[in-house]
Amino acid sequence: MTKQQRVKAENVHPPYKVIGTPRPKVDAYSKVTGRALYADDIMLPRMLYGRLVRSPHPHARILSIDVRRALELQGVLAVITGEDLPQKFGILPSSQDEYALAIDKVRYVGDPVVAIAALDPDILDEAVKLIQIEYEVLPALMSIDEALAHPDVKINDEARTGNIHKAVSYEFGEVEAGFAEADYIREDWFYYEGNNHAPIEEHACVANWEPNPSDPVGGKLTLWSSTQTPHYVHRELSKVLGMPQSHIRVIAPDVGGGFGGKSDPFSHEICAAELSRRTGRPVKITCTREEVFLIHRGRHPVKMWIKTGVKRDGTLTAMHFRSFLDGGAYGSYGIATTYYTGALQTVTYKLPAYKFEGMRLFTNKPPCGPKRGHGTTQPRYAVEVHMDKIAHDLGIDPFEFRRHNLIEPYTRTINGLRITSCALGECLDQVVERSGWKEFRLAKQSAALDHENSQAETTIKRGLGLAASSYICGAGKPIYWNDLPHSAVQIRLDRGGGVTVYCGATDIGQGSTSVLAYVVAEELGIQPEQIHLETADTALTPVDLGSYSSRVTFMAGNAAIAAARKLKDQLFEAAATHLHVAVERLHAAEGVIFDENDPGVTLSFAKAVQAAEARFGALVAAGSYAPPEGIHGDYKGAGVGPSPAYSYSTCVAQAAVDVETGEVVVEKLWLAHDVGQAINPLLVAGQVEGGAYMGYGEALMEQQIFRKGRHKIPSLLDYKLATTLDTPEIETILVEIPDQEGPFGGKEAGQGPLNPVIPAIANAVYDAIGIRIDEVPITPDKVLKALRAGGQGKGVGPRPTLVATEAPSPWPTRLISWQPEAMKPVPGNGNGQHSDAGMAAKRGVS
Amino acid sequence: MLNARKEIKLRQLITLHVNGERCEVAVLPHHTLLEVLREDMGLTGTKHGCELGECGACTVLIDGIPMLSCLTLPVEVQESEITTIEGLEQHGKLHPLQETFAELGAAQCGYCTPGFLLSGAALLHTNAQPTREQIKEALAGNLCRCTGYTKIYEAVEAAAKRIQGGDAS
Repeated sequence: MTKQQRVKAENVHPPYKVIGTPRPKVDAYSKVTGRALYADDIMLPRMLYGRLVRSPHPHARILSIDVRRALELQGVLAVITGEDLPQKFGILPSSQDEYALAIDKVRYVGDPVVAIAALDPDILDEAVKLIQIEYEVLPALMSIDEALAHPDVKINDEARTGNIHKAVSYEFGEVEAGFAEADYIREDWFYYEGNNHAPIEEHACVANWEPNPSDPVGGKLTLWSSTQTPHYVHRELSKVLGMPQSHIRVIAPDVGGGFGGKSDPFSHEICAAELSRRTGRPVKITCTREEVFLIHRGRHPVKMWIKTGVKRDGTLTAMHFRSFLDGGAYGSYGIATTYYTGALQTVTYKLPAYKFEGMRLFTNKPPCGPKRGHGTTQPRYAVEVHMDKIAHDLGIDPFEFRRHNLIEPYTRTINGLRITSCALGECLDQVVERSGWKEFRLAKQSAALDHENSQAETTIKRGLGLAASSYICGAGKPIYWNDLPHSAVQIRLDRGGGVTVYCGATDIGQGSTSVLAYVVAEELGIQPEQIHLETADTALTPVDLGSYSSRVTFMAGNAAIAAARKLKDQLFEAAATHLHVAVERLHAAEGVIFDENDPGVTLSFAKAVQAAEARFGALVAAGSYAPPEGIHGDYKGAGVGPSPAYSYSTCVAQAAVDVETGEVVVEKLWLAHDVGQAINPLLVAGQVEGGAYMGYGEALMEQQIFRKGRHKIPSLLDYKLATTLDTPEIETILVEIPDQEGPFGGKEAGQGPLNPVIPAIANAVYDAIGIRIDEVPITPDKVLKALRAGGQGKGVGPRPTLVATEAPSPWPTRLISWQPEAMKPVPGNGNGQHSDAGMAAKRGVS
Repeated sequence: MLNARKEIKLRQLITLHVNGERCEVAVLPHHTLLEVLREDMGLTGTKHGCELGECGACTVLIDGIPMLSCLTLPVEVQESEITTIEGLEQHGKLHPLQETFAELGAAQCGYCTPGFLLSGAALLHTNAQPTREQIKEALAGNLCRCTGYTKIYEAVEAAAKRIQGGDAS
């Protein structure tokens, strides 16, 4: 019945009881019964409602703010402005450029200026009308090219030169020599428009200040927020409120989807906290859908230029890649995004020489940030379409061309990234075989020869497109560089047999809480349903950095294994004494500890816990995880791109294009994903299908467009999300070849599978109609224009968004040249060798 | 002091029939059914994603028909039987759709799930054996951002079978 298929390595591990088995998520029943509590569901006694008043101008100086009339309104309890929270903040230590409420200037339509707390939302409606803000409107820059053309209009002081927020420049290997060696060189421009995450839950939070006059700090603050990163919200709240972290508790309750949109610390969180502190009452702020579009942090619009050299047989010799990112008004994760547009080009195909120049510009638009595939989705689209063009130019099957250039497992890339397990070849073979790629091409070729047939054809043209991709399983470096673990888990055993797992990991729907339960259950030989789970609470749970960069299964999973093994050792030691069996012969499964030579000799889990508690005292253990050292180069900027492992994904899309209307219908997607080991195949397939769906929407319909400085369509009616009637059939293939360092061999699935979908669809459109659009989304008007202008098989002149951006000369940052041979070897691990040391090779697993 | 409470904003006592219970509730007449269910009655299982009738997260059943509670005024539905997600479970027993949504991974973040379940329940009530196309049609007003819908179709199909007393797997 179900479409997901599994392709597994043989005899690689003992049979698991929990891992690899489809089962409901641990929170599934609370979600299907309406019991799950999301931030906006939390109602506290005496709770007030808060709201932000936002800028109506894309760029303006604030001349005056008058809040007196609002304060006089009955039922309004507090009004605050920028001067009440004058400490800058931001998710990255290198981009501390936001105020909770604007000071002096507003930089996009939606920039928060005033925050109000009142008895109910109706009073807020009235109060907002009574706030008087006088602005001096400034010129607004609304695109990459405008931002480059008008350095005199300074949007954000973080930019050292004009509006250039960040510029990077790298050369790996001998790029000139690589191009000289090439038989064929191609250059292309691409534009990726960017889009919003649009989680169905709008951002919301409730802050509760509890005063304590005997405490010098004055009290403690609790914030419940729909966030993917309670740890960083904790940090930034402390900074802006001027309160020690010890007095702040941040809890992520059930979160209604994130996709990267809830990974920044936000103004509404800080303002709710401050309003609660001032009024001594709980304050809730719930964003409207329009506000979700305005606070954004979505996919960056990126203009890209690629030049690639190849040998006649298709072997890549060199690539030069340039990206120009439209960052919006603030930094957010943008510096990391800029690096990510260049860092992973080397992880999919073998590149012997690679040059990358990236630049992020400030514009007067909502700030962009990370969205599923963070900074890698746009270049993946561009590179995969570019590769397709090269394959066609050379007359090589795009599948064979890709197959020829694949990165190999257990190698190191030209920019110093360590590659471990890689089943990209298997993924490619799977989608090509299941989609009937070769047969389709043959049939198309013979139909092309058969001219009389084409006369009778309808206006629908069909095509298949292929693309490949890779993604990180967690960022190799934390946002704040330090020696601390990236993830930690504590487990407490109760003498009644109860197990409680504590971890900061934040479940945003991807199933991270379930993964913790499965991993601990497998190790301790119990049922996942038996386990109590406390997550995403900075007062209760050890730090996990957050649900971003596809890091949680890998990192929290490994930390959970480490913690569970410590307890298992204690249980086995006590059981060995009790059962008079050597520890080495003991196993734990299905609620008992037993002698593997004599399975009749058993001790129940609860009894083993009692025996162990009697012997060792209270049973609590902690495990933590940090990625290994030496998985990246030793140049400045090498911290973005490395990961303890990479997942691989491939996609074939079948598209039908109506040449009369320009409408593109994606009839089917085949998606193969190298997940190492599916911890729960049901959840992995769910991530793959969700990624395919989201990629489909980005490719064809989601538009992030602005008119006169304003977001043109900030609602779910006009901003198109794919419905059941649009979404194509998705066939999922899970390729399971365990990774040596992943938890039970597992790798990520949350982000990687989105990446190949967009270029696969773009390539399918070309295969159908012989015309390239080279811009995302591929809307019917663009297709129709291209068809009318280009005719059969010819390209068209560039659209305005595709006019080549004049690169500043010289590139406004120093070129860093780096050769992998220059790197000092790291003892023990990390040199691209397949290490049997496995877990032991990791730093900080303890 | 300015006063935001104009006369029109006085609360009105009305009777609603929700999940088989008769409830007297004082409502502000301009508040939507969504607001009244969530804020005044504590039925927070009904979600909101847009407040403008675009996302389907606030779907409830009015006399068995899926309606958007964000576009419904309570005074309009005083005579009707209202079912929210809290009422889909009967006497501690889950609706087959609730079981299959959980078992087959049809709920990821879970935020759109109550709306899908109520739209799905209405479909299965009128059409015991819907085709995949009929399921898509019936659920087209509910947006899900996590699943790609595949697992939702499979869950609806499995629940249909379960209701028919067929294959329980």
